Amino acid sequence: MDCVVTGGNVKVLAKAINSLSRIGDELYVEPQEEGLALRSVNSSRSAYACFLFAPLFFSRYTIPRGHTFRCKIAIKSVQAVFRSLATLEKTVEKCHIELDEQKNRLTFTLHCKHGLMKTHNLSFQDSESLQAVFDKDSYANVFRCNPRLLVDTVVHFPPSLEEVTVSVSDERMWFRNHVEEDADQSKAMLTELCLASEEFDHFGVKAHNGVTFCLKELRGLLVFAESTGLPISMYFDEPGRACTPPPPPPPDDFMNDDIDCYLIAMDTSIAPGPSGAGPPTPPLSDSLCSKPSAAANHRTRPHSEEEEDETADSGRPPNKKFCSLFFGSVLPASSQMTTQPVTSQQVLASDSEEDVQ
Amino acid sequence: MPLSTQSQADDEQYVLVASLDNARNLSNLLKAITFKDHAIFSATPNGLKVTVEESKCLQANAFIQAEIFQEFTIREDSVGFQVNLTVLLDCLSIFGGSTVPGVSTALRMCYRGYGYPLTLFLEEGGVVTVCKINTQEPEEPVDFEFCSTNVTNKVILQSESLKEAFSELDMTSEVLQITMSPSQPYFRLSTFGNSGNAHYDYPKDSDMMELFRCDKTQTNRYKMSLLKPSTKALALSCKVSVRTDSRGFLSLQYLVRNDDGQICFVEYFCCPDEEVEEE
Repeated sequence: MDCVVTGGNVKVLAKAINSLSRIGDELYVEPQEEGLALRSVNSSRSAYACFLFAPLFFSRYTIPRGHTFRCKIAIKSVQAVFRSLATLEKTVEKCHIELDEQKNRLTFTLHCKHGLMKTHNLSFQDSESLQAVFDKDSYANVFRCNPRLLVDTVVHFPPSLEEVTVSVSDERMWFRNHVEEDADQSKAMLTELCLASEEFDHFGVKAHNGVTFCLKELRGLLVFAESTGLPISMYFDEPGRACTPPPPPPPDDFMNDDIDCYLIAMDTSIAPGPSGAGPPTPPLSDSLCSKPSAAANHRTRPHSEEEEDETADSGRPPNKKFCSLFFGSVLPASSQMTTQPVTSQQVLASDSEEDVQ
Repeated sequence: MPLSTQSQADDEQYVLVASLDNARNLSNLLKAITFKDHAIFSATPNGLKVTVEESKCLQANAFIQAEIFQEFTIREDSVGFQVNLTVLLDCLSIFGGSTVPGVSTALRMCYRGYGYPLTLFLEEGGVVTVCKINTQEPEEPVDFEFCSTNVTNKVILQSESLKEAFSELDMTSEVLQITMSPSQPYFRLSTFGNSGNAHYDYPKDSDMMELFRCDKTQTNRYKMSLLKPSTKALALSCKVSVRTDSRGFLSLQYLVRNDDGQICFVEYFCCPDEEVEEE
């Protein structure tokens, strides 16, 4: 693999890596025909993010011939390459990424001003394929908005808050945190925000549902989205139902898509019955075990894994249903004006296999 | 100035009197070498040298020439003592270290000789503070025997680019490897950390490179923990000279401009790491 990123794109790459570092500790690298996929998953496999950089993002893009290559690297090591975002813009002229499969090394070379060259040789491990898998049903609820809206919304919640519940009606969306019943009342704070449908570019509700998900991962994506200023699309459905990727946006909106990025987070709300959204659950850290997922069939199965965890540990709260929240944002190219068709990454998730009783 | 009203008679008892209108011209420089509590002060008619050492492997020297001082009187050929550097710095910034332009702490440093404390008269805004710091027997600084005739490779770089490299160095690496060569990579800083290795290459024709004189390819490793304190001196400096001699000893010389634009020097000597290096 041999890729070169030039100019302002180096900073975009660095920001994407920083964003992924908020999800998981390892960076999964997979150069493909469609582009370079950088992915991350959290330790409980309940959140997944993927940045796909199309070949046009690079000034040179060559991938290994004849075989698929995948690896994972400690994300802190890659972050060390792009140490200071502020100086990146000013000093780095280009970034060269080269793969040495014999030595199991991925080399990042930054060509900087004044002739200075920074070379980082990072060792990687082979990895299993990391892809969230969804079935192709359509989402009940689809929203699109400026990232600023979500940033301004989440800022009201304390940074230490782990989970937030989003619920929708035809015209409104609520963001609310959950306060434990036995929490210290003098220190507890319940925050609820209501957003009107007018604040969104698109607000399509078919099912009045609510989902609870981990805020930390969303913040990671928002940092990236805000810096690029691109709209965020949000999809969710009923608990337990699968979610699908969006159809490619119409060509007049985005002529060239050099980056696609997706964040998939798992909902952890308790659903008393199949119809309504249940009250929010205890914090994510309590509810999910850190059992590593079986990678045997090359798919992350967040749903089934969570269910295994539930039955294994009787101390866990029962009746967790979940669905997947799927955040996507698409980046148009800056300079090129070729009419490349959008190559949307197929991201599929398996349907949860059984209903939790 | 209140300090200058001290009687002449008092002065005769001191073997060393050094005055500065702005104590920062001394304290800033001393901060660049404060990695140990104690420092050896050595004064000659040329000026003041302050030395700090670490395990006989690292030595830092700060030089303030006599001309920098508003008054520099020495009654012996050489005056030496050892003081607690941390305490000295605390005294020098006793008025809080304000950075308001035009306001500075004036200093009059007096030493009566062997067995006597170091006396500091500090004044700011009409308020005078007198500090007396106990002195100790000065240890003999290690002579690294680094002489310019033995220097094999020398480069002078603008500090700006080196500052960036040093701030990014992988601290999980135990050593910093410095390669200097008449051919590629010319001047290279390398680290070997947990995530892999990293190299910072400066070409000889870079506009950051003010002088490039390398005769022989040399690669030497130095303990990162020893070199880390030198980043303070680097931060203050505008230029740095990097020299290695035939034994692989490293000399880093930093050109520092003080508040009044005068030039002072800070120098670090470091022993190479004993382990055999591989290219």
